[in-house]
Amino acid sequence: MSDRSSGTGVHRAGVFARAPAQAPAGGAHTLEADALTTDTSTPLPQTVPSPPADRPFARGLVPAPMPVQFLDDQGHRVQVFNDDYPEPAAEQLVAAYSAMVVGRRFDVQATALAKQGRLAVYPAARGQEACQVGSMLTLSKDDWAFPTYRDSMALVARGLDPVEVLTSPHGAAHCGYDPRANRTAPQATPLATQLIHAVGFASGEQRQGRPTVAMAFVGDGGTSEGDFHEALNFAAVFNAPVVFLVQNNTYAISTPLTRQTAAPSLGYKGIGYGIASEQVDGNDAMAVLAVLNKAVAHARAGQGPVLVEAHTYRLDAHTNADDATRYRSSAEVEDWIRRDPITRLEAWLRQEGLIDDAFVAATAQKAEAFAADLRARMSVDLVVDPMSLFDNVFGTPTPQLLEQRAMVQAELEAEEASR
Amino acid sequence: MTVTAAAHDGGIPAPAPGTAPQQVTMSGAINRALRDAMTADTDVVVFGEDVGTLGGVFRVTDGIARDFGPDRCFDTPLAEAGIVGFAVGMAMAGFRPVIEMQFDAFAFPAFEQIASHVAKMRNRTQGRVNLPIVIRIPFAGGIGGVEHHCDSSEAYYAHTPGLKVVTPATVEDAYTLLREAINDPDPVIFMEPKRLYWSKGSLPEDASPDAQIASSFGRAAVRREGIDVTLVAYGPSVDVAMQAASAAMGSGWSVEVVDLRTLVPFDDQTVVASVRKTGRCVVVHEAQGFAGVGAEIAARVQERAFHSLHAPVLRVAGLDIPYPPPKLEHLHLPGVERVLDAIARLQWDDQADALHLPESSPACDSPASDSKGGAA
Repeated sequence: MSDRSSGTGVHRAGVFARAPAQAPAGGAHTLEADALTTDTSTPLPQTVPSPPADRPFARGLVPAPMPVQFLDDQGHRVQVFNDDYPEPAAEQLVAAYSAMVVGRRFDVQATALAKQGRLAVYPAARGQEACQVGSMLTLSKDDWAFPTYRDSMALVARGLDPVEVLTSPHGAAHCGYDPRANRTAPQATPLATQLIHAVGFASGEQRQGRPTVAMAFVGDGGTSEGDFHEALNFAAVFNAPVVFLVQNNTYAISTPLTRQTAAPSLGYKGIGYGIASEQVDGNDAMAVLAVLNKAVAHARAGQGPVLVEAHTYRLDAHTNADDATRYRSSAEVEDWIRRDPITRLEAWLRQEGLIDDAFVAATAQKAEAFAADLRARMSVDLVVDPMSLFDNVFGTPTPQLLEQRAMVQAELEAEEASR
Repeated sequence: MTVTAAAHDGGIPAPAPGTAPQQVTMSGAINRALRDAMTADTDVVVFGEDVGTLGGVFRVTDGIARDFGPDRCFDTPLAEAGIVGFAVGMAMAGFRPVIEMQFDAFAFPAFEQIASHVAKMRNRTQGRVNLPIVIRIPFAGGIGGVEHHCDSSEAYYAHTPGLKVVTPATVEDAYTLLREAINDPDPVIFMEPKRLYWSKGSLPEDASPDAQIASSFGRAAVRREGIDVTLVAYGPSVDVAMQAASAAMGSGWSVEVVDLRTLVPFDDQTVVASVRKTGRCVVVHEAQGFAGVGAEIAARVQERAFHSLHAPVLRVAGLDIPYPPPKLEHLHLPGVERVLDAIARLQWDDQADALHLPESSPACDSPASDSKGGAA
């Protein structure tokens, strides 16, 4: 739980409800009086501060004052600003557990492959399983994801071939999967730049009359980029069906959140754009699913974009090339390990009798098999067609590219002949 | 090689005799191309800053929002990276966006979107996602604009693999090149010379939504034939080159003018064929010369036609300064006189060009000559 989120006097009104065109000026308003929420459950009685008299107040857009939580660190069911969110169905929670176990095993395997030199680099997401998996389980097959380089586990949870996901660090091509077939944009390295693609895409789908939602991924560091601002603003202006998921994993490589923002929470960044916003415990899979289920439904219903900040933690270093001990203590890491998303959900599922030892063992076995298959497929030496260099610069190569292609071809043939 | 309408005294070629084509401005031709493309293909959409109700600050999109509705032509928030990135997403959703950057320098915030995404998407996705986006950019000077309104940024785009870079010099080309750009499966940077927006010319005779647009990409046009010197130019500089060619007749020089039309793809064939014929070449462009498109052209010409050259390839370009204030732009922009001076340095009578010899260096083979009249 981020301590940054406390200490604010701003309390939320309706969940994902749009701000009224004209906010009433002066006086305190209770949440019960706010009929803007689309949820029928009774919100906690809270008092919102008086809005400034001279401009609309962002009621209905503000996130909870603390991250929404369903399960505490031990996996006990709690009530933390979650009244507005229906509890996810048991099947979704069990599916999330399985996907998190497999996802973590994939992530650990990919890190090992990077350390062995099989991958040029791997930005791990261990510790962020609830976000990685929860995001994808809330999307329908026809929705689109616009991920970053740290969301490989999410793509695996979506069902993409892990070898195709790792094609880029493996070195054969930039994006190994077919974005159209997988409804997943190429993983973006320039941070936040793909958010505006998600907005244009979602708006385009809406204009084409298709009920597609786009899930756009960004981290805490990425919220400092100008493209984050432009994407949120365009999304709000065009009422695009986009869910922005901010995985606040506490560090942008080494730079802590305090150097990214002075906002009470990154979730608050939606308010100024007129975007419904929320913050959630990103290590609580039940909470992530609950909030994103609602966010996706909200966007799909044409009620506009949603910004969700998920408070989480990157347990590994930025990549295998990074040394995290230079900027954070092991005590801090230990503290986050105690909030592990998998053990929390597992504890609750066992408690509820939804899974048992046999299921847990079978899931672990499935994860091992997944990793073994990945290892086997990644240990095959890559064959890359050198002429693919020239294939997709343009639909039809220019005369200059054809000249260069012939030059490289001749070099390779000469090399071959001299062997 | 394409030879278009015969030359007349300076400026843009007149329409061929025997026809009575409709006279329009270049901005009108672009407007017409947008309308015809939008009529032909409902996936073509136009958006940008002030392009809707207002019709753009240069009125290029005048009346399009009114006639095609706000779903086909609309205003966006004032954010160029956002406009370009939004177009990327719209293209992925099946549209063919034609977007406007209000002025050349205003496109700089969008450069990352253009260089990292627009230009690379086909390549990044192994050909699975292409982006048929046209980015229209009013460019270059000559209109007395204040700072940040007159830049020439074509070199940045031409240097970026994956972008086609197009710039019309005639009204007819403005129509046909834009239609071809919109039809193209790849992103096109369409650079519109601001000072030519109000120039008059004729649309192609068959201009209509279902016109068959012959490919002009990668095909330079010989605007004027000559035998002594080749002037290579594009966009706003073609007019300057045509005027210089006319003036050069007075000194006995027969000047050929090549209008590149597209910087990418580049038409080596037409340029080199012309230089092989004339043996001399000057490249003219408004953008600052250092590391500019003219440097690339000069290099390509000497790589391919060295043995046909009687003199080094020279460049007449903008000065290597930030675009100057309006009262000084005439000194910055390549004009007829500067082009004629460059032609004069092309080693006529086999006189070496001594302009760049150090004062203290030993005497060269031939004395320096500043004569302009030494035509071969």
